[in-house]
Amino acid sequence: MPLRLRRQPDLVCQQIVELVTDYLDGALPRADRGRFERHLAGCPQCTAYLAQMRETIRLTGRLRVADLSPAMRADFGELYRGWRAEAT
Amino acid sequence: MTDPDAELLSRFRAGDEQAFVELVARHHTTMLRLAQSFVASRAIAEEVAQDAWLAALRGIGGFAGRSTFRTWLFAILANRARTTGMREHRTTPLESPEPAVDPARFGAGGMWTSPPVDWTDAAAERLDAQALATALQSALDGLPPRQRQVVLLRDVDGLSSEEVCEVLELSEANQRVLLHRGRSHLRTTLEANFGAR
Repeated sequence: MPLRLRRQPDLVCQQIVELVTDYLDGALPRADRGRFERHLAGCPQCTAYLAQMRETIRLTGRLRVADLSPAMRADFGELYRGWRAEAT
Repeated sequence: MTDPDAELLSRFRAGDEQAFVELVARHHTTMLRLAQSFVASRAIAEEVAQDAWLAALRGIGGFAGRSTFRTWLFAILANRARTTGMREHRTTPLESPEPAVDPARFGAGGMWTSPPVDWTDAAAERLDAQALATALQSALDGLPPRQRQVVLLRDVDGLSSEEVCEVLELSEANQRVLLHRGRSHLRTTLEANFGAR
């Protein structure tokens, strides 16, 4: 029997879009990471897709939260003092 | 992992009221949003978030620093919100599997036939940042609860995947599936709203 090289088939675009989060989290096994990057190297659409996912994450990270109002700060100061009184 | 709240936490533990209020200022909005994903109304979410702070005050002596403070705090909140949500018979089942991108946009061989429409330049340049933030926020609010919880903690608040798994009692794999679906939804919204052919 001749030796057969068992090389995994290449990934297609529709698979790439499902692996993006695993890829960005460093959660792809090494072999899959290689296949992922080989596909990207030859596919401008998927490269654009990955860039869009990165941009989506960046923009989501800017949805930072509103400051606590002075009234709320006062309320939580009161909560703290109530707890201190209860604790002692 | 070093705890980003370490300094405020030690001041708070030493009896500094202001340090406690700063911790609240840092985390309260995330807690409120997280609570809202479990319960029916904003008013109930506010109650749950405030109860969680009181529970945190009462339990701080037992916090041993094995996780970050925020992980410990958000887990208290999530547990309470989950219980309250269940009492309201509001369940958040596992969402059915759904693709990151509409399958109609790929040909039979799985290659793009309708490739991603560019919007990232728009985001960087011509676009009113406020309009984009508004669209993104409402897309986030519209995500199914479990996806919303993970995206909120990972991408808005910047928790690590380990922290998110601990807060939401999820496996790494499930956490990543939910994150992936949530992010994919948000990307689709941005493309639909701001893509320019």
